[in-house]
Order: sequence, then structure tokens, then C-alpha cells
Amino acid sequence: MPEWEPVIGLEVHVQLKTRTKMFCRCANSWGDEPNTRVCPICLAHPGTLPIPNRTAIEWTVKLGLALGCKIAERALFHRKHYVYPDLAKSYQISQYDQPLCVDGRFLLPGPDGDREIGIVRAHLEEDAAKTIHVGGAAGRIAGADYSLVDFNRGGVPLVEVVTQPDVRSPEEARRLMQLLRQTVVELGISDAEMEKGSLRCDANVSVRERGETGFRTKTELKNMNSFKFVADGIARELERQIGVYESGSEVVQETLHYAPARGTVAPLRTKEYADDYRYFPEPDLVAIEPPPALIEAAREGIGELPGARIRSLEPTLGFSLAAELVAAGRDAHLDPIIRYGVEPREAANFLMNDLKPQPGVTPDYAGVAETVRKRRELPPDVYLKAAAAASIADSATLSVLLDQTAISDASELDPVLDRVLADNQQQVDAYKGGKEGVLGFLVGQVMRETNGKANPRVVNERLREKLRV
Amino acid sequence: MIDTLRLTVEEAAGLLERRQVSAGELTAAYLAAVDERDEELHAFLHVNRNGHRDAPSAGQNGHTPKVGGVPIALKDVITTKGMPTTAGSRILEGYRPVFDATVTTRCMDAGLPILGKTNLDEFAMGSSTENSAYGPTRNPWDPTRVPGGSSGGSAAAVAGGLAPWALGTDTGGSVKQPASLSGIVGLRPTYGTVSRYGIVAFASSLDQVGPLTKTVRDCALLYRLIAGRDECDTTTVDLPEPVEIPATEDLKGIRIGVPRELNEAEGIEPGVSERVRAAIALAEELGAEVREASLPRSVDYGMPCYYLVAPAEASSNLARYDGVRYGYRASVDGDLTALYERTRWEGFGEEPKRRIMLGTYALSAGYYEAYYGQAQKVRTVIKNEFAAAFERYDLLVSPTSPTVAFKLGEKAENPLAMYLADVLTIPPNMAGLPGLSIPCGLSDGLPVGLQLIGPQFSENLLFRAGHALERALAFDFVPERLAHA
Repeated sequence: MPEWEPVIGLEVHVQLKTRTKMFCRCANSWGDEPNTRVCPICLAHPGTLPIPNRTAIEWTVKLGLALGCKIAERALFHRKHYVYPDLAKSYQISQYDQPLCVDGRFLLPGPDGDREIGIVRAHLEEDAAKTIHVGGAAGRIAGADYSLVDFNRGGVPLVEVVTQPDVRSPEEARRLMQLLRQTVVELGISDAEMEKGSLRCDANVSVRERGETGFRTKTELKNMNSFKFVADGIARELERQIGVYESGSEVVQETLHYAPARGTVAPLRTKEYADDYRYFPEPDLVAIEPPPALIEAAREGIGELPGARIRSLEPTLGFSLAAELVAAGRDAHLDPIIRYGVEPREAANFLMNDLKPQPGVTPDYAGVAETVRKRRELPPDVYLKAAAAASIADSATLSVLLDQTAISDASELDPVLDRVLADNQQQVDAYKGGKEGVLGFLVGQVMRETNGKANPRVVNERLREKLRV
Repeated sequence: MIDTLRLTVEEAAGLLERRQVSAGELTAAYLAAVDERDEELHAFLHVNRNGHRDAPSAGQNGHTPKVGGVPIALKDVITTKGMPTTAGSRILEGYRPVFDATVTTRCMDAGLPILGKTNLDEFAMGSSTENSAYGPTRNPWDPTRVPGGSSGGSAAAVAGGLAPWALGTDTGGSVKQPASLSGIVGLRPTYGTVSRYGIVAFASSLDQVGPLTKTVRDCALLYRLIAGRDECDTTTVDLPEPVEIPATEDLKGIRIGVPRELNEAEGIEPGVSERVRAAIALAEELGAEVREASLPRSVDYGMPCYYLVAPAEASSNLARYDGVRYGYRASVDGDLTALYERTRWEGFGEEPKRRIMLGTYALSAGYYEAYYGQAQKVRTVIKNEFAAAFERYDLLVSPTSPTVAFKLGEKAENPLAMYLADVLTIPPNMAGLPGLSIPCGLSDGLPVGLQLIGPQFSENLLFRAGHALERALAFDFVPERLAHA
């Protein structure tokens, strides 16, 4: 039996959360009454013209830069034609041979080392409307009793990211999707929620014998609307293709629909998708020529990327914990907790399992550290309540929950504090010189001296007082 | 008594300013003319009788003369909020837009009451107005003949005294050619100077709105009112200089080129050539420096190139008419595909169907490079050839149309013969250039048009030259048979 190697490329659609749609000024929102976010432009009334959304162009450039792409000096919109009720104009304004972003590389750390996934392109287009087919088989138009169209989604900006066929396993595809999601969320350009459809993934799948250099016939797999389904769907299709080859047949190029409930892949009726899109340059729009200032501003808005952060956390946390933490967007909390003397893996586990974050609220890191340290002493329900209180910096509740056991008495703590301050003159000087971050280190030292028994918030306050004089 | 056949916009504005007539009386006079003559001409598809959209005579934006209160007719591809807009097609029967085109808004802001919507070839595809789903328009000079097209309704309305001025649209010659056949003035502006927002699209990279008027000065007045950048049309630009209303009556210092290929093309009627040659001689008398010029590739390739680009874009622009959201919907007992097919089969006339087929083919995989792609390259060649000519000449001249107005039905059965009506207007259009057609005399009692072509943004020069020639030619724009009626 030959050893089969999966060859997978992803086509990822990211809905941008701009205030308005791509080519009109209708609100870009989700979950409103159907057909209330519409206007003559997105309903394709005669005589209307598209007016491009500047923010969407800026955000696409930003995403392109985050994916290591080159930004085109001159990009064009094209018309892509197909006839379907979800497309008011019967063409979608998309990009074709001159997209905004091309030729990138995306760092995907893995358990067995880093991978670099090539990015063919990232282009900007408008989303189609949402169709619901009622009656008939499995929500498909063929055989439906009737169909409903909601144009609220029609014209929402959408970025399509196409990767090289560099992905080598369903698991890697899942990780790539998670990391892409985290990237666009951190860039602040999309909610990227697969279940809402603001992040979508199609996969081009083929297999080849290990050592083979060319590509075999690929199939296009659709309808994988969760990270799990991405991995499951691709795994299912790989098995199917291997089966086809091992039975002596050939894989045929087709579009397949993943049915997660049954765990099957089945061909879509070809009539639903035209294969000749008759692309031509959109004559209603002039070329996009992103000025250098726009590109620079976009570049400055990009922080350290998730892939790089996984790589830097991996030595302390191990790969899976590092990847999970970053993919959950919680790795920024790690350092402030460690500074209070908590062991990194323990801190990471707390962040993954017990942190109850609230947007816009900074957790009480000292409180978190104390909660983590007391985990074994506290009854489980008290521990969970403490974790929640620390997460939202509810110090009053946290004190009630934790202070029964902690050493909060100044007369007991002061000798330890004085000793730590005397032993760490360098840090004391640094603090007095304005480096307030050093305080966490000093608190950590006290906690170590007291075997974690001290109340870190009291320690915090006492240290501040002592250092003020 | 207001003589709508003879009254120019400038004169009408003068009457209003001196309070010799009111804006209401002026509009009423044109509506009366519509009642009297439009049954024969069929220039209008919709007449705005209730006047509820009559703009106030205020809001004149400091224009001189003040044109507020002078009514206007709009070609029925220009959207008007709440007023039917059919593009001459069954498929938009009963459609009332929910917004105004930018040019509609600009007319209303200047205080122009809208008289109504004028007839046209369906989706502006044609050169005779016979392709209208609502019946042809007739030429005021001879009702057995066509007024030209596709803006034939606008041209007939102005020539027949039913409107003091009108807007049309020009893709391959749809303003210039009907102006020529109807004995009036028509401007196709530089591509990008007038907003296309709210213009039912035919071929987006060629469509431009243009004025149809009795005089060159009226034409400049209307162009000044509609031109300029519009946020809603990203292909528009600011005018490099303000529009001037021409007053000079000579052509001193103007270098005029007479392109051999445009003046000696096959199919130009001898009577047309004769009138145009006389006009060119007159230009020389007025001080112009006249030389022979040559545009070999533009004329050879202009037409084939146009009939790839325009149908390709049309096939795309017309794909939205599917009977689902607005307009005509066939009653079918079947699935979605059947609904689309029946609606489009019943809703579109022959010419749109023909162009949708041509255009779809030209854009198809495997043909794109050979057809649409190649045509765009040829377009660059044409642009360059004109640009080279304009290094030596300020203006180029030719007949606007190879023929005078032809009989209804004469070319209706032969699309190719009909397409050739635009053979002289298409080349500059492919290059995005402005062109002015002015009447330069009669041949067998029918008007002949002179086409003046300038470089991009040369409208002021076109107006200056057109005005000087107009004065010297002293053409009487009132159709003889109506003048004596």
C-alpha cells in the first residue's frame, strides 16, 4: 500500500465589520429584520453605480500585510457573472487578475515545528444575499417549494484569502483556520464567527503518493461551518479519494457538499453553479491605487501576530497550550499573572479553563495569582466564584472569598516585606526610578517567602506604602 | 403667444427675467405644443402634466442668464423619482424609480420643471428610435422619417418645439446622430465629465449624458448645469476650467483637421458631403486654418471594436432584469429558471437580445482575450491616434451622420445597415472624446449635421467654434413644414 499525502488549499472568506456595506451606505449589520438594510444600489435598481468603501480597502490592505502579502500598486475590480437570486445585479463585484494583495506567507506553528503556508492572494469583493430554500431536500434550491432572499447581507464587504496547497492534514487546516480567525479578530476587521457565516472556509483537496511532486485532480469541498467540520470534512474527503485510488479508479474534479450530520460528502448539482463567470474589468469603478501613506498606516496598526506569539510562548508552555492560549486571544494576560509568581503553565491553564473575561475589563492579576495559588485549599465552588470575581476585578467579592485563609495582618507581613526589599535593592531603585512594573516581581518574592500564604493585594498595598517613603 | 418652435432657452430665460411670461405659462405653452403635435411625433413616453414636480424658479446657482423656470425633457433612461422610467423597454414597464439621477437633481436644483420622459431605442440601443417597445418617434421635418436615435424622442421634442431643451445619452452617437437628423445641436461630452448615476446603463465605459438644444449657447448653458464631479460616480472628474458661454464669432487661430477617412467614408450621401464641405469652407473664411488629416485605424477599427465593447458591457448591465425585484415579470408555471427565461424573452425586444447574445459570447471563457480583451487594446490604439492628431489640430470635423433622416422601416430589418448610421460618431466616442453636432444646411429638405471633435475637456473650444459657425451658417432650425403650418 502506498503512503498517501494530503494536499490541501483553503479558500477563506472573511466578512468585514465595516459600518456600511462595500458599495453603498447601507448599514452592515447582522440579525436585523430581513430586507431592512437595503437601498437602490444593493438591490441593483437601474442606473445605480457602486461607490467603494474606503475602510474596507484599508482593512484588506491591513489583512494582506498581516498575511505577508505584497500590496498591489494598482488593483482592479472585476465583474463575476452568475445568475442566482442571491445576486441582485447577476454579477458580483470581485477581483480577478489584479487583486489588492498577492504572494504572502503565513506562519503556522505546529507541534512538529513551524510551517509557512503560502498565500496566493487576498482580494476584496461584495457578499451575496442570503437565500433560504423552504421545502424540498436539505435546504437546496432544487425541489424547494419556495425560496426567500434576504438582501441585508447583499453587498457586505468580504475578503477572500486563497492559500497555496501547502496544508498537509485536516488538523493543520483546522489550526490554520483558528489562527486566521484570531488574526482578523485582533486586526479588528471582522467578528469572524463561523457559525454566523462571517468566517467561511472552502477547501481544495487532493492526495498524492508520498514523494510524488505533481498534483492530482482536486475536489472543492464546501459547507464546513465550524473548525471541527473543517477538519472532519477534509478527513472524510481524503479517505474517499484514497479509497477511489486504491480501488483503481480516478478522482473526478467536482464540487462537494459536506453534510456534518451524516458525515458524508456529496456532489452539488452542477446546475447550481455556472463555470463560466465571464470576468471583465468593472467599468463603473476606477482602479485602486493604495497610496504609500495608507499602506504605512495599515502596517502600524498591526501588532505582533498570533503565529509569532505561539512560537515565543512554546518553550515555556509547550505547543498545544501556547497555541490554545493564543487562539483564544488570552495570551496577553499571561505575563501579568506570572509576574505575581505563578508558574506559567498553571497560569495558562487558569486562563484557558477558569478565566471569565468581560470585554473591556482588565482582570485583577494579583487576585488571579492568589486564586490560582489557593486552588487546592478552596472548595471547588468557592474557587470558581473567586476565578470569576478576579476575572472582572471584583475585589470586594474576591476578598470575602479568599481572605479567610490569607495572611493579611501587617505585623505578620512587615518583617517579610522588609527582608525582600533589603534583598532586592536593584528592583527597589528601579521602582523608585519610575518602573512600576517591578512591583509585581517584588510581590512575587513575598509570595514565595510566605509559601503563597500572603494576601497579594495587601502585600501590594503595603509595598507601595513602604516604597513611597 | 409663445412660439415654442422658435424660442431658444436664452430667449425664454429673457422673457422670464423681464416677467413677460411666468414659469407656469412657459411650461403650459410647451404642454400645449405636446398636445398639438405629439400624437404625430410620439416624442414623449410620459408627460408630466400635474406639474407637482415643477421646481421653483428659485435656486438658480448664480447662472447667467437665469434658466430657472425653463422646462426640460429627459430621455427615458434618466431616472426620475416617482416618475415612470422605462428605458423604452417592456421589461421596465410600470417601473417608478425611488431616486433621482444626479443630472435630474441638478436640473431640479437649477429650477427646471421636468416636462416629461422622451422616447428612445430600447436601452438606448439603436439609431432611429424604432427599437422602442412603445412605438417609434417621427422626425418633425418629415414624419415619414426617423428622428435618429437612440435619443430620438429628445431630438424630436426640441426640433418639434415640444421642449426648449432636452437631455439625451450618447454611447455610440445617440445624442450627436439624432441632433444631426433633426436639425438641432447635440453635445456628447468628454467621458467622465457628466455623472452617470441614475442613467439606466447600456455600455458603462461609453455612456455619457448630453444636451440637445436649438443653439450652441443653449447647449453650453445646459452642459454647465450638468457637468462636474459627482461623489456617486467614481468615473467623474472636476472640470479643468469653467464652462464658458461662447460669444466670439470668428475662428481665428483655430487649426481644423479634416480626416480623410471620416469625410470620404463609404456610404456618405453626396448631399451630406456637399453641405459639410461648404461648412468647412465657411470655417476657413472665418479665419480657421483648415488642413486634411488622417485617422486610418480609428475609422477602420472603431466600429468592430465598438460592437465588441458595447454589447459585452450591455450583456452584463442587462443581466439584472430578471423579474424578481422590479419591472416586468412573466407569469409562469414553473421553476426559477423558467421565470428568468420567460421574463427576459417577453420583456426584451430584438435588439437587446441580439446584443446580449453578442456580448455574452465576447466575454465567454476562451473568447475573452480574442474579443473583449483585444477590443480594449484597439481602443488604446484609437485613443493614441486621436491624441497624435490633436498635436497638429485643435479640432477635427466631419459629417455627423453619413445620411440625412431615413424613412421609417428603411433599415429596421437590417441591423448592419442601422449600425453604420454611427460609423462617423463611434471613433471619437471610443476614445472618450467630446463631440458637438451642429446643423449645417439641408439636403433634399432634410437637415445635415456637422460633427466637431476636440481633445478631452475641450468643450469650451467646441462651443466657441460651433457658435461661430452657427452664426455664419444662419441655419433655420424650425422645420419648414411646421413653420408654414
